[in-house]
Amino acid sequence: MQGNEACARGAIAAGCRFFAFYPITPAGEIAEQMSRLLPKLRGTYIQMEDEIASISAVIGASWTGAKAMTATSGPGFSLMQENIGFAVVTETPCVIVNVQRAGPSTGIPSLPMQGDVVQARHGSHGEYEIIVLAPSSVQEMFTLTVEAFNLSERYRTPVIVLADEIIGHMREDVAIPEQSHLKIIDRKIPKTPGEAAAPFLDEEVAPMPLFGMGYSVHVTGSCHDKFGYRNVTDPESIDQLVRALANKIRKHIDQIARIETRCTEDAEVIVLTYGSCARVAQYAVEEARRHGAKAGFVRLISLWPFAREIVAEAIGDAKKVIVLENNLGQIVHEVERIIPAHSEVAFLPPEIIATLHRPDYVLESILKAVA
Amino acid sequence: MKYIRERALPHTHCPGCGNGIVAQCFLRAIDRLGLDMSRMVFVSGIGCSGWIPSPFFKADTLHTTHGRPVAFASGVKLSRPELNVVVFTGDGDGAAIGGNHLIHAARRNIDLKVLLVNNMIYGMTGGEVAPTTPKGIRTTTTPFGNLERPFDLPRLVMGAGATYVARWTTIHVGQLVASMTKALRRRGFSFIEIISQCPVRYGRNVGMAEPEKMMRWFRDSSIPLAKARGMGDKQLKGKFIVGEFADFEAPELTEEYEKLFKATAA
Repeated sequence: MQGNEACARGAIAAGCRFFAFYPITPAGEIAEQMSRLLPKLRGTYIQMEDEIASISAVIGASWTGAKAMTATSGPGFSLMQENIGFAVVTETPCVIVNVQRAGPSTGIPSLPMQGDVVQARHGSHGEYEIIVLAPSSVQEMFTLTVEAFNLSERYRTPVIVLADEIIGHMREDVAIPEQSHLKIIDRKIPKTPGEAAAPFLDEEVAPMPLFGMGYSVHVTGSCHDKFGYRNVTDPESIDQLVRALANKIRKHIDQIARIETRCTEDAEVIVLTYGSCARVAQYAVEEARRHGAKAGFVRLISLWPFAREIVAEAIGDAKKVIVLENNLGQIVHEVERIIPAHSEVAFLPPEIIATLHRPDYVLESILKAVA
Repeated sequence: MKYIRERALPHTHCPGCGNGIVAQCFLRAIDRLGLDMSRMVFVSGIGCSGWIPSPFFKADTLHTTHGRPVAFASGVKLSRPELNVVVFTGDGDGAAIGGNHLIHAARRNIDLKVLLVNNMIYGMTGGEVAPTTPKGIRTTTTPFGNLERPFDLPRLVMGAGATYVARWTTIHVGQLVASMTKALRRRGFSFIEIISQCPVRYGRNVGMAEPEKMMRWFRDSSIPLAKARGMGDKQLKGKFIVGEFADFEAPELTEEYEKLFKATAA
C-alpha cells in the first residue's frame, strides 16, 4: 500500500468523517482515497477553493462534533497557518497532514525535504504549543494518523502529521488491525446542554460543547476567558490564555512525546533522526554495529513538543550525536540545546538536499566518529 | 432577551451604527418564524458586522478569522445539514479577503444565509477604502479620492450562480425582514446585501456625520429594481438599486451529498 493511502485509511479507522482538501502534490492520493472511502460511511469529502477554505471548513465541521482532517504540502501548509492558530486558541480538535516537498516556495513538488519542521512548530503567529508527529514508514502513516486523531481529541488541539514525499509515495506492507483492536479516543463533551462548565482554558482539557445541542457556545479567536467571552483590554487575560493553552500541552508531555531507540544503552555514537531519514539511519547503525562500532539509533516519532528529557536520557553517555535531517538544520538545534556536557552534536544533511542520505555516507560518518 | 446573551451586554456598536437595525430585523424574522435559536449556528467574520451575532445572540456563535466565515460555515453546514447556518459578514470581510469563499459557496448552492452588511468602508480598522467604496471618496487610505470602481455585489454573487440575491438598505426595514424571512425558510445559498450607515468612519468623510443624514441619503438614492431596469446608466449613477435580484431553485449541496450517501451505502 502507498503511504498516502495508508494515511487515509488511518484517518477513516480513527473515525474521520470530514475531509476538506485543495489539490497539491504530493498529497493528492490522500484526497483520492478519502473521496472514495467517505461517502458510504456518510462522511463528507469536499474539495474547497483553496487551502485556507479547507482548514476553515475542517474547523467548522469539528465544532459540530466531526473528526475532521485536511492534507497538504508546503505551499498549502503556509496558507493554513493563520487558521491553525485559530484552531489552537479555540481548542478545536483536527488533523493536518503535511506531506513535505522540496522548498521553499514552489520548489520541486515531487521531491522530499524536511524543510517545514520549525514551521510546523511556529508557523502561526503568536505564542503557542502544538503536537507534531513524523511517520517514517507506510505502517506509521496508518498508525500515527490514528494517533494524531487520538491526541487531537484528548488534548483539544490541532495535530500535524509531518510526512514527506518519500513516505507519502513509497509502497510497503501494512498491517491494518481489526477496528475493535484499535484504541480510539473521543473528545469529552459536557453532559448536559446549558451546563455551566467553562468550555475553554482548562489545563486538564475542558469538555467541548458542540454546536446544535443547545449549549450556546461562543467560539472566538480573540483573547477570551474560560467561558469564551472576549477580553481585548486586559493584558492579564491574554497572559492567562497563552499560559493555560501552552500548559495544557506541556504538562502532558509524558503522554504525548514518543521516540524509538535501538542499541543506545552502550552507544558511543548516536544517530538521531526522524521521518524518511530514519530508514537510512537505521540501516547505517546496524551496519556500523557489524563493523564493531558501538552505534545507537534514536528516532523522534513526535517532533513537537520536543521531548527534551527522554531524548537526553536516550543519548546517555554517548560522546557524539549525529543528527540526520533533509534540510540545513531544524531539529538539530533542539538537540544542541539539551546535549549533555560530555557529548557533542554533529549535523549531517544528505550530500544533495532533497534526496535520501546515501547509506554508506552515513556509515562513514559513524565510523569516523567512533575512531 | 429571549435572543440576547445578557452577560455580553452592553453592546459595543457605535451610536448610530446600522448594525442595530440589522440585528433587530434579523431577530424579528427569527421570531416571526418561531425558529429555535438552539438549531441555529451564527458564523461571523472580523469587522463591525461580525459583532452583530457575536457575542450578543443567545445561540452557538463562531467568530472566525478575517474573511473566512463562509468557509467555516460551509464545514458546519456540511457536517450538520439540519442546522440553520447564518453568516454575518461585511464588505471587506465578505467581498475583499473573503470574496473567493463567497463566490464558491454561491456556485455550490450550499444552504447558507449570508447577510453582508455593506458600509462601504473598513470601519473597525479606522476607515480605509473598501472594494465597495464609491469612486472618488476620500478615506484614510485614499486621501486624494478613491481611484477604483466599487463592486456591484448582487451582480457578482448572481454571476457565481446564487439562487437568492437581494439588496436593501437599513431604511428598508420591512423589506429586509421579509427577505431575511425568505432566506431563513428556503434551501439554497441566500445572499442579502444590506447597505448600512457607518456615520463615524464613512459619514464623517462625506458630510453626513449624523446617522439620520446617511439614512435619508439611502432613502433618497434607492431605486427599486423594477424601476431601475427602465433607467439608463447615467440616471443610475450614485444610486442604490434595491430589491430581489434572483430567486430560483437549484439542487442544494447538502441534498446532493445525501443522494450520494444513499447511492453508495454498503
